[in-house]
Amino acid sequence: MSELPELPAHPGHPEAPTPPSAEAAADEHSRRVFLFKLSVLLNAAVGAVLAVPLVGYLLGPAMKKSSNTGSWIAVGGINDFPVGETRLANFRSPVASFDDGDTAKVACWVRRIADRQFQVFAINCAHLGCPVRWFAQSKLFLCPCHGGAYYEDGSRASGPPERGLFEYRYKLAGGSLVIHAGDMPTLATQASCKPRPLIQIEPAATDAASIPAPMRSREWQA
Amino acid sequence: MASLKQRAMAAYQWLEHRLGLIKPLSDAAAHPTPANNASWLYVFGSAATVLLILQVVTGILLALVYSPSANEAWTSLGILNRNIPLGWYLRALHGWGSDFMIAIVLLHMVQVFLFGAYKFPRELTWIVGVGLLLLTLGMAFTGQVMRFDQDAYWGLGIGASIMSRVPLIGAPLVHLLLGAPIIGGATVSRFFTLHVFVIPGLLLAFVFVHIFMVLKHGVSDWPMPGRLVHKSTYEREYHELTVKTGIPFVPDAAWKDAVFAAAIILAVMACAFFFGPFGPSGTPDPTIIQTAPKPDFAFLWIYAVLAFLPPSIETPVMMVVPVIAIAAMLVLPLLAGEGERHWARRPVAVLMVSVIAVTLGIFTRLGTYTPWSPIMDAWTSAPIPPDLLHNRTPLERQGALVLEDKQCRNCHSLDGAGGRRGPALDAIASRMTEDQIIRQVLQGGGNMPAYGNALNPSETQALMRFLMTLRGNRLAPAVDASRNLTHPDQTQSPSAMPAPKSP
Repeated sequence: MSELPELPAHPGHPEAPTPPSAEAAADEHSRRVFLFKLSVLLNAAVGAVLAVPLVGYLLGPAMKKSSNTGSWIAVGGINDFPVGETRLANFRSPVASFDDGDTAKVACWVRRIADRQFQVFAINCAHLGCPVRWFAQSKLFLCPCHGGAYYEDGSRASGPPERGLFEYRYKLAGGSLVIHAGDMPTLATQASCKPRPLIQIEPAATDAASIPAPMRSREWQA
Repeated sequence: MASLKQRAMAAYQWLEHRLGLIKPLSDAAAHPTPANNASWLYVFGSAATVLLILQVVTGILLALVYSPSANEAWTSLGILNRNIPLGWYLRALHGWGSDFMIAIVLLHMVQVFLFGAYKFPRELTWIVGVGLLLLTLGMAFTGQVMRFDQDAYWGLGIGASIMSRVPLIGAPLVHLLLGAPIIGGATVSRFFTLHVFVIPGLLLAFVFVHIFMVLKHGVSDWPMPGRLVHKSTYEREYHELTVKTGIPFVPDAAWKDAVFAAAIILAVMACAFFFGPFGPSGTPDPTIIQTAPKPDFAFLWIYAVLAFLPPSIETPVMMVVPVIAIAAMLVLPLLAGEGERHWARRPVAVLMVSVIAVTLGIFTRLGTYTPWSPIMDAWTSAPIPPDLLHNRTPLERQGALVLEDKQCRNCHSLDGAGGRRGPALDAIASRMTEDQIIRQVLQGGGNMPAYGNALNPSETQALMRFLMTLRGNRLAPAVDASRNLTHPDQTQSPSAMPAPKSP
């Protein structure tokens, strides 16, 4: 009930019933091979033009300069942080996206050294990014993952980290503590921690600390 | 009603005439295979394939409910666990299926390695198999991210931190991995894409090629000591063996595969039913820092290795060792494509498998109880054993308080309670002199932080008095042998340990 139609021995053009001479067939073949190669080239060109924007889309997140990421954000009033203590502060990441949910929340350790002198540490261990915890009695930050330990000034105490805790730049704006946050801090992405970003609009924390206080609060008025 | 059978045959012929797949496939299934490989040790590959099918089916069913967004993923897992009828069971099947699949894939690999089945002409089958192992592990890691809880969040942080150590392109790689400057919605979306589209697509394609090559070259014959593989003769010998002893793979050999696969699926079902789904643990809120993140079982050994690498060589090891390990697996059949197949004549191969298995086992074991991690609440939860406080002076007891208050117990244990980061202190005074302990406590060193800034002189004094009472079963205190020579007047050497005579 299902007979396939007899296929012609040589799939030629249906309107050319007379078999062409061998020479003509060879010519025809080489012409078609040439056309096929041309079409492959054409597709390669189209494919390349197509691929550029696709690859660009894929690599989009990687193309961003991390030093340009982030902005200044308040983490609390200055008086929330007693002098001589180190406290946890939370803020919503300034680079959060619409669907980040709770993951947009960021925690940092704020150490108030003196009246107008602070240190703001990233929560992420410099080893592999786990959240470090502060122990006021022994004056250490300890990491639960692999046991990295840091002193109260963030410098490396022991364990696998190869450096101290990542630090945010900060400044005092009126009554609040403002830090520069952006990338999640890792060894390669320390946008918020680099002393000199590419475009420096605001004075860096190290400079800010040396500027007299009233001047600094006048500079930072959003 | 003979016509019923005829009609069925006619329908089959109608279908096969158009489809043309049934006959070739059933011929392939019934291909002759040497009788000696119809063994219970040749069943792991098919079991892995069956587990893959289970994972695909349960994965599709989970995707009906799961919401791949950082905002909702964790909630949707809770809904699967509690609100959707049998949702917990599907999650459990998928989770346990993943663990079983990794185990079976590793067993399959060990069997093929020990039986020398990767040798000519099956080198490429092995190489594709290495790709399948990596894809399986890729599914496991991305799957762990799909269970978007605290462990998944911080696991991503660890992944990003490892990426950030790549020289020069660390930052772009981190951004490519996370899809954004921080772990968040974009990260979950791209791991969902990897877990559901990209890796499964590659996995199925690789499995197809893998099985195609198994059919093309036949299942390897049982190795015999002294029967060497030569490129010039092996295929003829294999063909002769097949002609002489061949049995149809289906059903004569395949029934063992089928029984084993059924047993494995039953085991997955039993684990899923009795032990339930994995997590999720706490919500992925990075401001909740009371957490000790840990990877899933398959990656615990990596987690352990990362605790032991010294900081100076950690990055080079992370970058170089995986490349070497994968390259070694890939080139193995190219370098050792001929020769002996039997394990009894390949001691290096047996030794390698043993050493690697024991190493992975030890690191996995260490990863389950993480002796390198401080126990964050030990200083408040582990009391000083009472007999260590008996007949002690007030100053010594004050020292015990200092020991607790300064969180020493987070890293040091007494009577088995406390951290294991540092040595147990039960008999510390029989190992170290007072001077040595003071130096160690105040200046740190050898992986201990310096406590000079955290202890005032009176606290130090009290702590020392207490520590000097810790001598285990009343062992003699440690003495500084050189002190006898330099300051004989300062030595208060106990009678139990006579000081060495000076020359």
